[in-house]
Amino acid sequence: MAGIHFQTVRKIFGKTTVIKDVSLDIHDGEFMVLLGPSGCGKTTLLRCLAGLERVDGGRVLIGERDVTDLAPRDRKIAMVFQSYAVFPHLTVFDNIAFGLKMQNLPSEEIKRRTHQGAELLQLTDYLKRYPAQLSGGQRQRVAVARAIVMQAAVLLMDEPLSNLDALLRLQMRAELKRLHAEIKATTIYVTHDQIEALSLGDRIAVMQDGKIVQCDVPMNIYDYPANKFIGGFIGTPPMNFLQGAVNGDGSVSVGASNIAPASSLQAAFAARNGQPILLGIRPENLTLASAQQANTISAHVLVVEPLGSHKLLTMQVGAEMIKVSVAPDQSIASNQDVWLHFDPEKIRWMDAASGEAIR
Amino acid sequence: MRIMQSSYSPRYILGRIALYGAAILLALWTLAPLYLVALAAFSTRQATFQWPKPLLPTDFSTDTMQFFMNTRGVLDSVGNSVIVALVTIAGSLLLGAPGGYALARFRFRGKEAISLGLLISKMFPTAILAIPLAVVFLQIDLYDTIWGVALVHIAMALPFVIIVTAGIFVGVPRDLEEAAQTLGCNRVQAFVRVVMPLALPGLVAAAIFTFVISWNEVFAATILTLRNRTLPAQVLTALNDSPLYYRYAGGFFMIVPALIFIFLIRKYLLNLWGNISR
Repeated sequence: MAGIHFQTVRKIFGKTTVIKDVSLDIHDGEFMVLLGPSGCGKTTLLRCLAGLERVDGGRVLIGERDVTDLAPRDRKIAMVFQSYAVFPHLTVFDNIAFGLKMQNLPSEEIKRRTHQGAELLQLTDYLKRYPAQLSGGQRQRVAVARAIVMQAAVLLMDEPLSNLDALLRLQMRAELKRLHAEIKATTIYVTHDQIEALSLGDRIAVMQDGKIVQCDVPMNIYDYPANKFIGGFIGTPPMNFLQGAVNGDGSVSVGASNIAPASSLQAAFAARNGQPILLGIRPENLTLASAQQANTISAHVLVVEPLGSHKLLTMQVGAEMIKVSVAPDQSIASNQDVWLHFDPEKIRWMDAASGEAIR
Repeated sequence: MRIMQSSYSPRYILGRIALYGAAILLALWTLAPLYLVALAAFSTRQATFQWPKPLLPTDFSTDTMQFFMNTRGVLDSVGNSVIVALVTIAGSLLLGAPGGYALARFRFRGKEAISLGLLISKMFPTAILAIPLAVVFLQIDLYDTIWGVALVHIAMALPFVIIVTAGIFVGVPRDLEEAAQTLGCNRVQAFVRVVMPLALPGLVAAAIFTFVISWNEVFAATILTLRNRTLPAQVLTALNDSPLYYRYAGGFFMIVPALIFIFLIRKYLLNLWGNISR
């Protein structure tokens, strides 16, 4: 079948190395999301897999086949482009059938598969129209249908939802997930939208500066970010970070308070006596406490934003700002002084200098 | 009952009047001579010498045009002009379009210099080029042939065609070509099935404009031929020793194809020079 293997792939544009010896193994049938900020090399990596860019080092394997030196058409892939790239001079039918016609399939089969693809994406009523007569969402469906009817073992998607408006994006996202469950093609999905990544991926590969910094299942990426960058990139609002220093007893002083790390980390902390350290915690893992107790820090409420499903608080802790998410019925007002409770099990400690998580 | 109110200020109206006045003057500047030439070409021979000239076609006649068309050498030269123009189109598009495609799609060393060089080459005066060319053409038996003229016209049209087709190809998104490649096309197939159909209107416009360039070119054609002349060269040499009405008829016959073609491609002309500097 068609697992995908990147083996120390390198890509250089001029003097910049945009892919720095990336290795990644994707299982057959897996939905892998490449996530990262713009310019991190995620699209370039996808294009290396598609054969639209030549790699400057390493190998690319699809299944057990080395495709490094093959043209896109010989790689048995299908791709959905960010701009959709539907052909404006062809009808919806001809767009969807384009790849099938290139394979010189019998016209009966082309017809059957095209109609099948159109049905899957609810385009049956639009087959005779030209792309100019379609809405953005419909064009997007044409692009997806055109890729899917190829029945390629590998489906590549380059930010397919980024040009849609918010509501349509939400709808299409669920639809893509349903489609993947149905066709089970190995899928590589590039996005800079962390919500999309969490919602769609079987696994997420987070990229930064041409490297994969963490590759794991979505909830592990969310709960256990490998470094400060990932914690700050994923989540709305992102993870909070506070400066601290390790005490002789293995606890960490943050401002005037002491926080005790989870017991599993005690050995790691003993070695860091006196060193600065970074405390990372997600807004929903902080709770308000009425009085000082273990693992609490005093905080001052600056802003209260009722957001329907929860309240978002902006708080000042020492000189630093953090975001806290509380239940919508929590009674809290700005300018209030409160105690914030940190759940030790939910804290992600990081090295202050490198930003790497401490494990 | 509603009262009609003018929402335009006097200043705006004056501005509009000035704008349209200028546009009308500009149009008259071009159209008046065209009209007078056409008038004379379709009047009797005598009418050409009348004074004051009637501004309306009082005595419509095709005599003058017939006289011109029947003059020895005219029909041959029309044929020559058409052949030269068609060869020029074929040659300059076959050579120029790939060049334009390369400028539009690929990054390569010296790309900027090439773009600039193409423009600079348009500054080189034909007059300086024509005499040495005549010498060379004499040596290689191209002198006084329409092929020689076509060759020069191709050289003259080539920078234009490269720059213009580059603009056209830039207008075809690279994504479409890449999508075609992922759907089973090799580069050539992707070009033929996707880029060509989308670029076609622009390419046709470029071809027509090339036709006009060749059809109107007189200097090189005059110097490089003696007997096998294109129409402008023919008219130019006959100009001094022919009657006035012949000149009008010749002028009219020269103008019409250019006018018609430019009219047909007018909506592309702006795009043609549009967007190669991304």
